[in-house]
Amino acid sequence: MSAGAGYTPYHPRWYRRRVSVWWWLQSRSYTGFVLRELTSVFVALFALVLLWQIRALGQGPDAYARMLARLRSPLFVTLDALALAFVLFHSITWFNLAPKAMVVRLKGKRVPDLLVAGANYAAWVVLSAAVAALLLRG
Amino acid sequence: MPETVTLAVARYRPEAESEPSVQSYEVPFRKDWVVLDALNYIKDRLDGSLSFRWSCRMGVCGSCGMTVNGQPRLTCASFLSSEPPGPIRVEPLRYFPVVRDLVVDITDFMRKLKQVKPWIVRREEKPLAEGEYRQTPDQLDAFKQFSMCINCLLCYSACPIYGLEPSFIGPAAIALAQRYNQDSRDEGSAERLEILSHHDGMWQCTFVGECTKACPKHVDPAGAIQQYKLTSAAHWFKTLLPWGDR
Repeated sequence: MSAGAGYTPYHPRWYRRRVSVWWWLQSRSYTGFVLRELTSVFVALFALVLLWQIRALGQGPDAYARMLARLRSPLFVTLDALALAFVLFHSITWFNLAPKAMVVRLKGKRVPDLLVAGANYAAWVVLSAAVAALLLRG
Repeated sequence: MPETVTLAVARYRPEAESEPSVQSYEVPFRKDWVVLDALNYIKDRLDGSLSFRWSCRMGVCGSCGMTVNGQPRLTCASFLSSEPPGPIRVEPLRYFPVVRDLVVDITDFMRKLKQVKPWIVRREEKPLAEGEYRQTPDQLDAFKQFSMCINCLLCYSACPIYGLEPSFIGPAAIALAQRYNQDSRDEGSAERLEILSHHDGMWQCTFVGECTKACPKHVDPAGAIQQYKLTSAAHWFKTLLPWGDR
């Protein structure tokens, strides 16, 4: 191309738009995605409380009773309810996404997405029931 | 039915302005017209200075991708009659540098696409006398979906990760890598894994899933990336085993 073309002097003047800090509010699916990412904080919180509980259990019955009393305080109940909501959101959204990541083929045919997600839900119910049975029996 | 419709088109004339502006055009409203027809009407009848890319008008060439009413779309597949009432906003594809009006620079994608070796890699070619490389319908089925990509870049424009981290190799490039990985004739998956498992590769993707929604050819790049992550993780676990290949 000849350097004399009128277009050339302006060619490097691209316009680049900066991504807004609020990009995740621009569409519902972006917001849903950011919330799903945020759930990891609450999943970690759930795990930490559990570890804390195990530590108290190791310290003896008195420590454990104190711990339980603390967990019954309104602050912890609110925090737990919030964490539960986020953990449920985390599980459900990931189960729904599972068929995208796992392509299961049976006899050369791709297993329908609904079945792959359904298997995840079924495993969830079975494991939850097993844990509930274990806890309620004792 | 209204007689005309307004198109609010983003203009950027680097010789005259430092930022894009919006120019409105009144075009006839016709049921069989797509946004691209309206743009061509503007170019032919109203304002010859408007710049945009297009070629085939039938969703094959992948040139006419733009942001229509805030969504990355092929303008040749966006009917005027399907848009909500009011002016139709037409802007260039998001996250790419704008060269002029609706034209974006796609050099970044072209460079990334080449990195993933989107061709059949063979360690050794079969002698001609042995005939062609044959595939069963099932083997074809394994990659056919990913081969439908037309490089229209709507997926990049839908991906907030690409917007925030422009070094991310991106949905279409990974889907096309997967297209060749899944091909029974290809032997280059190890080379591609090397490229795609580095920092700017597949692990940048946090599964927003918008690329798949934006794709006009149902390639499902989000699925391709997640499947690739699974393969990569399995490969890594194998290297940990004493009998695994390192």
